Amino acid sequence: MHSDPSAVAAALTVAGYLPDDRIAQVVFLAERLDKPMLVEGPAGVGKTELAKAVADATGRPMIRLQCYEGLDESKALYEWNYRKQLLRLQADQGRQWDEVSDDIFTEDFLLARPLLDAIRSPDPVVLLIDEVDRIEVETEALLLEVLADFQVTIPELGTIEASSHPLVVLTSNNTRELSEALKRRCLFLHIGYPDVGRERDILLSRVPELPQALAEQVARIVRSIRAMALRKPPSISESIDWARTLLELGIAEVDEDAVGETLHVLLKHQSDIEAVAKDLEL
Amino acid sequence: MIDMLTGFVGELRQAGLPVSMVEAIDAAKALEHIDMGDRHAFKHTLGATLVKHARHYSAFETAFEVFFGLRPRSGEDLASLPLGSGDGEGAGAGGGGGGDAEALAEALFRAVKDEDTALLAAVVLASVERLAGMEPGRPVGGTYYLYRALRRLDLEALTERLFEAMGGVDLGQLEQRLLREEIELRLEQFRTELRAEIRRRLVADRGADAVAKTLRRPLVEDIDLMHAGRAELGEIERAVHPLTRKLATRMAQRRKQAKNGRLDMRATIRRSISAGGALVDPRFRSRRPSRPELVVLSDISGSVATFARFTLQLVYALAHEFTRVRSFAFIDAIDEVTEYFGTGAEFGSALARISSEAEVVWLDGHSDYGNAFDQFTHRYFKALSPRSVVLVTGDARSNYHDPNIGAFGEIANAARSVHWLNPEARRYWDTGDSIMSSYAPLCDGVHEVRNLRQLEAFVESVTLPTVTSRILA
Repeated sequence: MHSDPSAVAAALTVAGYLPDDRIAQVVFLAERLDKPMLVEGPAGVGKTELAKAVADATGRPMIRLQCYEGLDESKALYEWNYRKQLLRLQADQGRQWDEVSDDIFTEDFLLARPLLDAIRSPDPVVLLIDEVDRIEVETEALLLEVLADFQVTIPELGTIEASSHPLVVLTSNNTRELSEALKRRCLFLHIGYPDVGRERDILLSRVPELPQALAEQVARIVRSIRAMALRKPPSISESIDWARTLLELGIAEVDEDAVGETLHVLLKHQSDIEAVAKDLEL
Repeated sequence: MIDMLTGFVGELRQAGLPVSMVEAIDAAKALEHIDMGDRHAFKHTLGATLVKHARHYSAFETAFEVFFGLRPRSGEDLASLPLGSGDGEGAGAGGGGGGDAEALAEALFRAVKDEDTALLAAVVLASVERLAGMEPGRPVGGTYYLYRALRRLDLEALTERLFEAMGGVDLGQLEQRLLREEIELRLEQFRTELRAEIRRRLVADRGADAVAKTLRRPLVEDIDLMHAGRAELGEIERAVHPLTRKLATRMAQRRKQAKNGRLDMRATIRRSISAGGALVDPRFRSRRPSRPELVVLSDISGSVATFARFTLQLVYALAHEFTRVRSFAFIDAIDEVTEYFGTGAEFGSALARISSEAEVVWLDGHSDYGNAFDQFTHRYFKALSPRSVVLVTGDARSNYHDPNIGAFGEIANAARSVHWLNPEARRYWDTGDSIMSSYAPLCDGVHEVRNLRQLEAFVESVTLPTVTSRILA
């Protein structure tokens, strides 16, 4: 456990993630208060990266639950291995139901899914629940017991309590409003686009061969483009891609022509590319 | 401390942020773990525990500044800085002498050019002391003082000077633009700090509660669409975009969820083989989703133009949820505007074309719903089919013209359903020239939609499976 937010910041930096002081503060609090952390923000600003870096910085293994539409209990929590149970019953023909029923609802027939795994792990882990906004509101309720009390209730077995408290990171692209019940249980962290200084540092750490001046210029141009009204403003991962592209093409200083030729790396919609080209008078 | 915190939470609730008891307790617990002397840590801690929506953060920041702002600094530590004499005059005389403002502008120039934060802070302080002319007890808002201070500093001239001094003239076009943005950003930083300093003094003068009250503004989703100012419109505009994305995702999800239809016996039995013949995994046939056609009739006369605009923006963002969207604009005549929103068309220019090209004025340019419906039945009646859902947007203020219920009835009969969105508060309906209740009986739904929250709720309710089946029945 880290002693203060700056220690967290240092550990995250070592893990390859450059936090600002808000991010470091919230990670620190999540660790101290044993509370899940809900990270929200546009796509590509490094939400999942943050979770990975936290796992690295705390030296814990990471368990990941990727959310998608239609995710349910049997994929998130646990499932009874009914095929195995059926085979067992067929092998046991002739025995009384009372004897058998105790047998087939044991841990041997339980398939643990990520949430249960995270709770039962003897060593504390980092649990990443990725893109939680993709599951339906009703499914969110599944998470509440785990997030608030670190336990899972299985009707046939009873309540399984955590042998260690996982550090939970939930990420959301905000494609829908999460329920108040879920938000209430979490610390909230909104990650937006970084300022020029931090973006430059991120570029330099991700693309070490990049010259300082070029990184600075890339960061400034990207900021300028983000200020325009676009369908999909460029994210950090796209500006990293762009910096790599410029480097590959051997461009030392970005001018109008260079931007015009490589704009498609930064922007993913034709209408955006046209709008930016027009605005920058390329 | 606890009193401070409860007072602060109370203010957040007043400002419309939903802060629960549990969250307030969490905040108090979290504060035990931090160094209370560190203002940033304090702010981030409260932010993470009390604010759970990104769009509420600016309201939080304002309240935080007022409640936990630094004490206003005194002018003493200024003496050492080269800011000119400062012996201008006391508060209330309407700002300092001409020389004072010039000296400050000069200092600001250097502070911005060299990114000298200490000097910038000093300039902020001196500007408030000498230029804003704040008077204790005078009931004016901070904006008034901000304006007074900024007017004397002439930031526009300063921008040009900075641009030249930072070598902007010799740069390429792209670099010039980036430089201008950089300067603008630094000056904006100055404005922000100036505003904060003025606010601090107001708080010291009148107390936090009183100032917080004057700063309280409705959250973006509660701003009245008919009476929004320019800055507010910008805010709404920025909020509409994520909103449409959110709604589109939801609608797509709903459609997929509604996909499962009747039991597919063949597939179920085939699946059961791996479980020894037990029917453990039922399979279902997928159902063909029904997508209605949408016909939008928008009143675009002055009073409700803003509302029509946001409705159209939302409708076109969701266009792929419908087989077809046709839109018509009217004031006292009606014209089809669908083609302006063709594929790839930019929304802003489409709106500009509506106001310049569409023939929506027939006599005097005052709304005439009766005539608009009458023309629609004559010219565009073929647009309607039993599959079409009609959406009318407008305040039903027809300037005492004939409502022409007959024509509207024909439209209602030909379409599958008719929904009317009215941007006026329900209590004003049927007052003056509003004839909402004449049309209401013919509609399947009449909805009060005064702000984004209600607009979102309406779209969502239309796409809810249960409601949809009722509307589309």
